[in-house]
Parts: sequence; structure tokens; C-alpha cells
Amino acid sequence: MADFGAYAVPIVIVAIVLFGFLRKVPVFDTFVTGAKEGLHTSVSILPTLVGLIMAVSMLSASGALDLLSSLLAPAANFLGLPPEVMPLALIKPFSGSGSTAVLTQIYKDCGPDSFAGRVASVMAGSTETTFYAVAVYFGSVGIKKTRHTIPAAVLGDLSACILSALTVRLFFNS
Amino acid sequence: MNILLNYIWAFMIFFSIICAAATGRMSELSSAVISGAGNAVTLMIGMTGMMCAWTGLLKIADAGGVTAAVAKILGPAVHRLFPSCKKGGPAIKAMCMNITANLLGLGNAATPLGLAAMKELKKRNPTETADNDMVMFVVINASSIQLIPTFTATLRAQAGSATPFDILPAVWVTSFCALLIGVTAAKLMEVRPHG
Repeated sequence: MADFGAYAVPIVIVAIVLFGFLRKVPVFDTFVTGAKEGLHTSVSILPTLVGLIMAVSMLSASGALDLLSSLLAPAANFLGLPPEVMPLALIKPFSGSGSTAVLTQIYKDCGPDSFAGRVASVMAGSTETTFYAVAVYFGSVGIKKTRHTIPAAVLGDLSACILSALTVRLFFNS
Repeated sequence: MNILLNYIWAFMIFFSIICAAATGRMSELSSAVISGAGNAVTLMIGMTGMMCAWTGLLKIADAGGVTAAVAKILGPAVHRLFPSCKKGGPAIKAMCMNITANLLGLGNAATPLGLAAMKELKKRNPTETADNDMVMFVVINASSIQLIPTFTATLRAQAGSATPFDILPAVWVTSFCALLIGVTAAKLMEVRPHG
């Protein structure tokens, strides 16, 4: 099951290039144009990352993150989550870069292939910055009353957080 | 949005100082500032290669018509979620393109397409209150429907994971169930207009 992921990525890459090639897209030129955008994105998020990773490192070094994790441990236990991933569950709906900072901290503390590392990865990969998305989408068309958007979206987020521990147990027998 | 982050960030900094003072870890805190800032740059440099590789590939996918093809396949399913939209109308078309871009992980393309779809939906609703279709569409966009969570896998690879993509099946099951729960919740909470 785990080496399935090893197939998925190359197949996607081959399919994309083949499709483009058959459609007479100048594949390499297009690739370079797209890669430039990636570089731009990467560089433009650096200041945000510096600010947030600095703050998360401070939290971690001062023992605040451990304190937060132990405070949330009862909730984590109740949901069957490793306590280390709770800070990620808290920040992810609000800030993408913030969750990147917390996620790298979890990898550093527990290792990317540990149970907590995997649960954190699945959580990060299966959720979005919900509140940000809601604000941007409704803000763009001047909608002020969002009715049941937030309850439904938050319920989805919460489900993803709880399910991430379950699916990791299921697929990795850990 | 950013206003909130100002508070969160300030809280993180102040809370760290208080905790460090309480536990006597001031010197660790000082070095954490320096190493944290340095780590951010290391992370960015390590991430950039894979980011470029994927944005490049996705550009080919877009130009080759993969996006349009997937949008065609999704059409009927999307129409079922937004029954009050005209079949094959501009709103449905725009929403299909946005959902496809999300699936392929074209984050930068998904947002403008999504905002274009919101504009189409807004044409039928001059009020300041969201209608059912708008809510449904935003709920879908507020949950992750990426087929390949490249960014997370990149971070894992960066942290020294042996198999950064082994989380794929777990991510698929998790995000699909979460999407289903979010969409179902939105459907259940819908109230008929003027009813």
C-alpha cells in the first residue's frame, strides 16, 4: 500500500507531459514559464516564513509548545490524536505559513516518518486555511452574511483532523 | 485575516518570553530566534526546486487541456451540487474549472478561477446575504481536494523522510470524507429561500 505512492507521482508526471506533447504544447518552454512562477511564489513567501518559523522556534525553545500540547492532551486523547499535532490543528484554519512553520517543527521534534509526523502530514494535506478562503471568496463579491458557511466548513475541518489519526493507523498499522 | 495573524504572532512572541522566564530557558530562546530565522531560509531553498518542478508541470497540464478535460468529466457531478444553476451556464463552467484546478493542486490558478465563479453567482444575487450555491461553493473551496498534496510532501522530503509520498492514500480517504461531511452539512443546513 505504501509503495503505491511511489507509482502515483511518476504516472501523473508522465501523463501530464504526454498529454501536452500530443497536443503540440511546447512542453519545455511551458515548463520553464511555470517554474518561474513557482520560484516567484517560493521567494515571496520567505519573509512570512521567517517571521512565523522564528515565532514557532521561540515557542518550542521556551517550552511553550510542550505546555500547549499538554494542556490540549485531554482533547487530543478524546479524539485519538497524538498531542504533538494539536498546535497544527489549531493554526491550520487561520494561516498557511503558520501551519508550515508548526509542521516543520513537528518533523524536527518527532521525525517525518513517525506516527505523529505522519498524522500531522495527513492533517496538513487534507485541510485548507478555511477562514482565509471564506474571507477571500465572500469578500471579493461583498457578501457580509455568510449564513451556514462557517459551521459546515469547520465541521469538515474537524472531521479531517479526527480522521487523519484513523487513516494513518489504518494504512500504516501503527 | 491578517489582522488576526497580528494578534496570533504577538501572542506567540510574548507567551514564549513568559514561558522562558518561568522555566529559565532564556539563552535557548535567544538562540531559537537566530536558528529559526535561518531555518526558514534553509526550508525555502530546499522547497524551491520541487515547487518549481510542480508549477512547471502544472503549467503544461493547463496548456495541454488536462484541466479542461477534467472539468468536462466533472460537469454532471458539479451540476448536482448546484441545482439552481443553469446547466452548462457560465457559473457552472467557472466552478468546474476552479474545482479542477483545486484537484490538480494549481493553487495559484484555482483562486482567480474561484473568484470569477463567485462573480457569476453574484450576478443572480444582489443582496449582502450568501445564497445556498455560494455557501456550497465556498465550503468546497475551504476543504482540501488536492489529488497530490505536493507542498506537504515537499516539506516531508525536506525533513528527511524516506518516502514523502506514502501519505497519499491516507490523505485521499481523509480529505474525501471531510469534503463529504462538509458538503452534507451544508446541504442539511440549507433553508429554502423565503421558506
